Amino acid sequence: MIPSKFNYIKASSVSEAVNLLDEHGFDAKILSGGHSLIPAMKLRLNRPEVVIDIGGIPGLDVITEEGDAVVIGANCTHQQILNSQVIYKNVNILKQTAATIGDVQVRNKGTIGGSLAHADPSADYPATVLACDATIIVAGKNGSRNIAATDFFQGIFTTALEDDEIITAVRFPKIAHGNYHKFYQSASRFAVVGVAVVFDGSGVKVGITGVADTPYRATKVEEAYNGDSSAAEHAVDGVEVMSDHFADVEYRSHLAKVFVKKGLEA
Amino acid sequence: MKITVKVNGVAYTHEVEPRISLTHYLREILDLTGTHIGCDTSGCGACTVTMDGKAVKSCTILAVQADGSDITTIEGMANGNEMHPIQAAFKEHHGLQCGFCTPGMVMTAADILKNNPNPTEEEVRHGLEGNFCRCTGYHNIVKSIRHAAEQINS
Repeated sequence: MIPSKFNYIKASSVSEAVNLLDEHGFDAKILSGGHSLIPAMKLRLNRPEVVIDIGGIPGLDVITEEGDAVVIGANCTHQQILNSQVIYKNVNILKQTAATIGDVQVRNKGTIGGSLAHADPSADYPATVLACDATIIVAGKNGSRNIAATDFFQGIFTTALEDDEIITAVRFPKIAHGNYHKFYQSASRFAVVGVAVVFDGSGVKVGITGVADTPYRATKVEEAYNGDSSAAEHAVDGVEVMSDHFADVEYRSHLAKVFVKKGLEA
Repeated sequence: MKITVKVNGVAYTHEVEPRISLTHYLREILDLTGTHIGCDTSGCGACTVTMDGKAVKSCTILAVQADGSDITTIEGMANGNEMHPIQAAFKEHHGLQCGFCTPGMVMTAADILKNNPNPTEEEVRHGLEGNFCRCTGYHNIVKSIRHAAEQINS
């Protein structure tokens, strides 16, 4: 399978990428690791006229500790996140999340920025960025801005990114206690249900992916939480649960409760 | 677009269309047909090669993205007529049936053993998550890789 024709432009800086995106608008797509975009282009689900490769932009593949946070460049691969001592020590829940993505070859190319911008409703990171209250740092023609994770995901494959914006980094507060558990789609390793739980003082923050067309914070679980796992019953309260050939509404709802329970008990 | 890629130690420069994959470049332009096309969408692992030392699925990398990189394919594993220990172990332990997935299996095995020279059976199976064998010959593939580890370490 060969994608339709496109012009390939390798951007050498964030400002160059943003200007190109501004110039070409809807006709352009950003390429980083390419592990979502290239299959979609081969299947002709996506036919960009211009592909802007940000893969070689210096400085976007760095993980740094900054005070009480860890900042992860958009081009960091899942494998890089999995192997990072800084992440292991300070945001271990993110290491746990990266470990469940795809397989080693996919983890060697796929990036955190690419995954978040693509916003696949079954991707793993969204649950974790939501539960951690991470911040998505983006650059556009008017400069850079921060988007709270809870404002970032707006629907299936839809985010708060403007047409001229790219993700440059993700900032995670240091997380002492948290965990990520998922029910794997057995061939693709995507999450049929993925649950991130962060313990925060006497409270808890719960992010869920794979269940609705948009990843969400399980606020009803968070409100009901009183130290044990009984709040897991509220995992899908008020949520329109997806149904597909991997799991119907009833089964997916059940899985969500089971995996929230698992997370609260871990 | 003009790219320069080192493949199995030899530097090549070619003018390529941006839309062709690295697999396509290796097979159709360099005639290195050992790298197979299976699913062609990064699921099956038949197209696995190493890129700058890491196992990757070449079907989901554009040839233009590989510009400046160092690639090893299955053809680069043997030393002349002497098989690489992983290849020899696959032969000895019947790690292949139809052989279609084998180049990808061998290249992924090389990545597994590079990062973990003495893997347990579970670690080998986990490392092979991205490679499908439709003959379902996993048992002997795992045995081959563990035997290769012993040979390399001895």
